[in-house]
This record gives sequence, structure tokens and C-alpha cells, in this order.
Amino acid sequence: MAAGEELTLSSHIQHHLTNAKMCTVDGSVAFNKACSEAGFWTWHVDTLAWSIGLGLLFLWVFRSAATKATTGVPGKFQCFIEMVVELVATNVKDTYHGKSKLIAPLALTIFVWVFLMNLMDLIPVDFLPAFAGFVGEQALGMDSHDVYMKIVPTTDINLTAALAIGVFILMIGYSIRIKGVLGFIKELTLHPFSTKNVPLQIVLIPANLLLETIALVAKPFSLALRLFGNLYAGEMIFILIGAVGLAQLPLHFIWAVFHILVIVLQAFVFMMLTIVYLSMASSDNH
Amino acid sequence: MNLNATLIGELIAFAVFVLFCMKFVWPPLINAIEARQKKIADGLAASDRAEKDLALAQDKAKDQLKDAKAQAADIIEQAKKREAKMLDEAVHKANAERENILAIGRAELEAERNRLREELRKQVAALAVAGAEKILQRSIDEAAHSDILEKLVQEL
Repeated sequence: MAAGEELTLSSHIQHHLTNAKMCTVDGSVAFNKACSEAGFWTWHVDTLAWSIGLGLLFLWVFRSAATKATTGVPGKFQCFIEMVVELVATNVKDTYHGKSKLIAPLALTIFVWVFLMNLMDLIPVDFLPAFAGFVGEQALGMDSHDVYMKIVPTTDINLTAALAIGVFILMIGYSIRIKGVLGFIKELTLHPFSTKNVPLQIVLIPANLLLETIALVAKPFSLALRLFGNLYAGEMIFILIGAVGLAQLPLHFIWAVFHILVIVLQAFVFMMLTIVYLSMASSDNH
Repeated sequence: MNLNATLIGELIAFAVFVLFCMKFVWPPLINAIEARQKKIADGLAASDRAEKDLALAQDKAKDQLKDAKAQAADIIEQAKKREAKMLDEAVHKANAERENILAIGRAELEAERNRLREELRKQVAALAVAGAEKILQRSIDEAAHSDILEKLVQEL
């Protein structure tokens, strides 16, 4: 029985770590296991639905505060929203010294959106997947083991990579806007080994280009993998704790309390690094 | 690590969220916050100013009170001086009047006395003449001896 238990445990974990997939096979829409051969054109519908849903929640909540915003005595809801806005505005002001209408709302969106997505990690790991399995079984006549539901979008590398790529595009955009194309190329080729001697400069270009490109590309990689790694590991531990029977209750509580710190911190770190990278991209001195 | 089309979907969602936030969420919130901050700063400055004004007004009131007190003391002093002067004048005037009245009285008294003396002298003279007449029994002619009689009258 030991082998069988192990098998169900590992398949349980595997089930939790698999996204609901959607793709087109032979011109018709297919789901999950049918998509194993679909390659790049597979959509993680759970990641998309939860992340976009939470993004819309963020925009709706903040938009409703914004439409009712008064310059007089604010209500409690407005105070709360303004606290978040103030936190982001202060950090942006302290770190980014240029003038930009984009950085602050970008930072706010990243902070709140990533926080909300991380927050899904605190919902007990089996609740929503089991509910989805139940709905799939009852309403759609599917085997509940074939219904996948991963509710923490930030444990999907696609989402964290998308955020990082978005920031990366902005970094390059800001670099070119502030320093010009030539300035950006110079930055990539004439540092960190700099000299006034022109032939030597040319000789040093390959080494500089290699180092600077690595430094540049490392930024989105570190952004994407840090958030993904932290949340994936946290989720994994929740799943493992969920598999140990009644002993999970105190363990789950302790890990969840600790995780409250992690989810806020990771959202904050992602926001801060975004601001720092864009501020580095906007500053002229190397 | 299985990157797939989800990445593209999330990238689009991210861009849309950020743009929406930039257009419709951030500006009204930050404007409200900044406007309120300005309002509060203005209010604090105004209250500072009012405090300073109050202190200034209090100082001014104190000065004015001091001036008024000094003035009042001055006026009282002057009034006292004037009173003393008036009293002095009245005393002087009264004294002068008294002197005057006394002098007039004295003069009248003197005149009366003189008149009485004169009358008395004349009567004494007449009496003397009458006495002498009786004594001399017509021996003395009144007209002839008037110079003696005059002399007698003078000596009285």
C-alpha cells in the first residue's frame, strides 16, 4: 500500500500544480490533457481568469474610490485607498527622480495586483480546486480528476514573466527616450570598461556588450523568477501541509501567518525593483 | 518552465490595467490627496498667522491701556493743580475783598470820628464861649474876641 499511497500523494500534488489548459486541436477547442501536444499556443485559462478577475477587482475598487474622492474630510474607504496610493507615491518620489506620468500608476497597479494574486495563496489549497472539481463533475459530467484549477496566478511562470517582460519593454523604452538610440547603444558598448582611446574602445566593445547585455537581461529574469519562485515554493509547502492529515491545522496556521509577510513583501519588492530599474534606465550617468 | 500563449494574454492584460490605472484611477486619487494636503497646509499657515495677529493685537491693547492710564493720571494731576490754583485765587480774592472792606470801614470810621470830633469841638467851643460869656457877663464882644475863641477851639 505504501507505493500506492505515494502514488496518490504525488499525483495529488501534481494535480494541484497543473494549470487548466485550453488550446485548439484540429480547429476545435480542446482542454487539459488533450492539449499536451499543443506547444506554445496553449492558454492557462485558470491563470488568465483569476489574474484578470483580480485585476478588474483592483481597478473597480480603486476606480470607485477615485470617482468619489473628495478633497474635504475623506471617508474610511477613501482613507484606506489613499493610504495605499500614498505609500506608492512616496516610494516613487523617493526613488524615481525624473518626471513621468506612467511610473506611479504602473507601480500602484503592480503592487496591488500582485498582492491580490498572492493573496489567493492564503485560501486553503483544496477549497477552490475541490469546488471546481465538484462543479465539473456535476454540471459538465467530467471526471473531477480531470478538472484543474490553480488559483494563485503568481505561481504560474507565464504571469510573472509577462509582468517582467512588460517592465523590460518599459526599461528599454525609457532608456531610448531619455538617452536616445545612440546613447542607449553607447551605454551597452562603452561600459563598464571605458577608455578615451578610440581603438581600444572598439576592442573592448564585445566584452562590454556581453557584460551589459547580461546585466540588462538579468533584471527581468530576476523579477520574474523571484516572484514565481517565492510563491511557487509557498504554494508547494501549503500543498504538502495539506497532505498530512489533521496535523496540518497548526502547521497550516503557522505557515499562513508567515506567508502573510511573504505575499506583501513580494508584491512590494516587485514594485520597488520596477521603480528602481526604470529609474536606472532613465538616469544618464552610468 | 512551460512558457506558452498565456504570457501574451497576461502581457496584454497588464498593459490594459496599467493604462486604465494611469488614465482613470491614479490622477483623481493623487489630485484629491494633493489638494487636501494644500488645504491643510493653508489652514495651518492661516492659524499661525491668526496666532501672530492675536499676539500683536494683545500687545497693542496693552500699550493702549498703558497710554490711557498715563493720560488719565496726567488729567487727574492737572485737575488737581487747577483746583489748587483756583482755591488759591479764591483765597487771595477773598483776602483782597476783606482788606478792601476793612479799609472802607476804617475810612468811614475815621471820617465819622473826625466829624464827631469837629462837632464836639464846635460844641465845646460853643460851650466855652457860652461859659465865658456867662463868666465875663458880656464883657467880651463876640465879634471882637472871635480870634481868641478860634484859638481856644484849635487847642481843644
